[in-house]
Amino acid sequence: MINFDYIRTSTAKAAVDAKTKNASSQFIAGGTNLVDLMKKGVTSPEKIIDINGLPLKQITADAKGILIGALALNSEVAEHPIIKSKYPLLAAALNAGASAQLRNMATVGGNMMQRTRCSYFYDIAMPCNKREPGSGCGALQGQNRMHAVFGASSKCIAVHPSDMCVALAALDATVHITGPKGDRKMLFTDFHRLPGETPELDNNLQKGELITGIHIPANPFNKTHYLKIRDRASYAFALVSVAVALEVSGNTINNAKLAMGGVAHKPWRLTGVEKFLTGKPATKETFTAAAEIAMEGAATFGHNNFKVKMGKAAVAEALQQAAQKI
Amino acid sequence: MGNTCKPFRKTSLHYCRFRRCWSPDQQPQIEQSEIPIAMGQQTTNIPFQSPQKKVNLVYISPTMPNLDNNNSRRDFLKRSTAIAALTIASPVLAKAAENDEKIAALFEQMPLRLEVNGVAHSLSIEPRVTLLDLLREQLHLMGTKKGCDHGQCGACTVHVDGKRINSCLSLAVMNEGKKITTIEGLANGDKLHPMQEAFIKHDGFQCGYCTPGQIMSAVCCVKEGHANTPDEIREFMSGNICRCGAYPNIVDAIMEVAPILKNY
Repeated sequence: MINFDYIRTSTAKAAVDAKTKNASSQFIAGGTNLVDLMKKGVTSPEKIIDINGLPLKQITADAKGILIGALALNSEVAEHPIIKSKYPLLAAALNAGASAQLRNMATVGGNMMQRTRCSYFYDIAMPCNKREPGSGCGALQGQNRMHAVFGASSKCIAVHPSDMCVALAALDATVHITGPKGDRKMLFTDFHRLPGETPELDNNLQKGELITGIHIPANPFNKTHYLKIRDRASYAFALVSVAVALEVSGNTINNAKLAMGGVAHKPWRLTGVEKFLTGKPATKETFTAAAEIAMEGAATFGHNNFKVKMGKAAVAEALQQAAQKI
Repeated sequence: MGNTCKPFRKTSLHYCRFRRCWSPDQQPQIEQSEIPIAMGQQTTNIPFQSPQKKVNLVYISPTMPNLDNNNSRRDFLKRSTAIAALTIASPVLAKAAENDEKIAALFEQMPLRLEVNGVAHSLSIEPRVTLLDLLREQLHLMGTKKGCDHGQCGACTVHVDGKRINSCLSLAVMNEGKKITTIEGLANGDKLHPMQEAFIKHDGFQCGYCTPGQIMSAVCCVKEGHANTPDEIREFMSGNICRCGAYPNIVDAIMEVAPILKNY
């Protein structure tokens, strides 16, 4: 690992100032992705700004929803009694991600900031437009089994690996941000980017900006499920994952929110499916039809052709599992 | 371009961030197309890219315009040690890049205080040293193992303030004031921890390399309340890989000791 300057900060302003002053600096919270990337030589910041001293660990709930500090640990959020009772979709998604050790290090803000990536991004001997803009995409013609089927571009077909973010996308969360120009809020679904012509940018944060928290509005969903399909039973990235939140009364779906992971450069919200499901009966036929809509427009690259069939099955299964919950 | 990192001094010096040695000042200019990629080579081909494309190796000096100028400790050291190196230690420095390396490392160290297995340590380390390397290389606690070094195998699992983490992905400097427990700190003198006893009883290992990590992880798995069923244990122990496949025995060991450990 190439050496770097290391500073600790205790206020958001000091952290933002330090980041703004040095273009080659990075915030560090848990470090589970950043340290790994630095070891591999994928990134080598001049300066590391430790933000763990910032007062951003609190989780506060009220009638309008819940505000999770950016530095709350993934494990703390997953075990939080209010998250477990009122936002079980988020708890389930968190527990589906990484390992117990990593969840004890990784923060909510850091989970969002982990790089959208694939094995070509990690291998510095290979071309990657995300790591080195203009160098080409190794995955397009290479091993692309894990890669995107929605929203990809000729520059990049990597997928965002987070599970937590899939749940947050479905739950209409809002990102709280501070920066050199003050505080602002952004819809969670607007936070991550599609690759387009600039795959080196994973999100829409501006220079020097820092995530301070995530707000999830209170919701009426009484049936939720997070389904993750992966190569092994635990501790692997999703091939496909689906977050489902339904409000069902009687047998009618009044309100539905769905998002998919493992299929795009960002958590992939299924607005078409949501519209289709609203007002429909919660039956197997409805779910099968919804699954067809979910995978409309999928574009595959060879090794990942299976994701279309798997995606359909996963959406139908996740809806079924959610509907069966009491 | 053509700047190389030479170990010898000329008139003025710059610190090479990539080779971590002093280099003659040739006012390098950084261009977008130039990528610092390797050490000790002037140019190299990047495989799988355009085969003809030569990439210049550049070194970054303190005069590089885009470096921050807020008088960081590192910049200060770069400037001050350049002078000090010439005036005080020039005979040593002239020897070889090796010595430059040592001296540079000395100046780049940061103070760190932490407690490991109940013993307070006051240390001086480079920011890039991971907690795992600190434990093994500087404190000589070899029980914590380096497996993948990328947070994927769990062999390096230790407790920081009672929580299990992968020490390979934690920068040691980020553990200021923290209490670390390694496998060496689990037993009470000669009396093994119940989890250690259970691993022995159930033969929860074969080669033993993953075992310290498995045991440290298992202790927390129970403490977190995730050791109620074999399925739950498998899920919450999934961050610890056993290449020998001792999983059934590991699960048996944890299942047996979990009720005892709750009150331990």
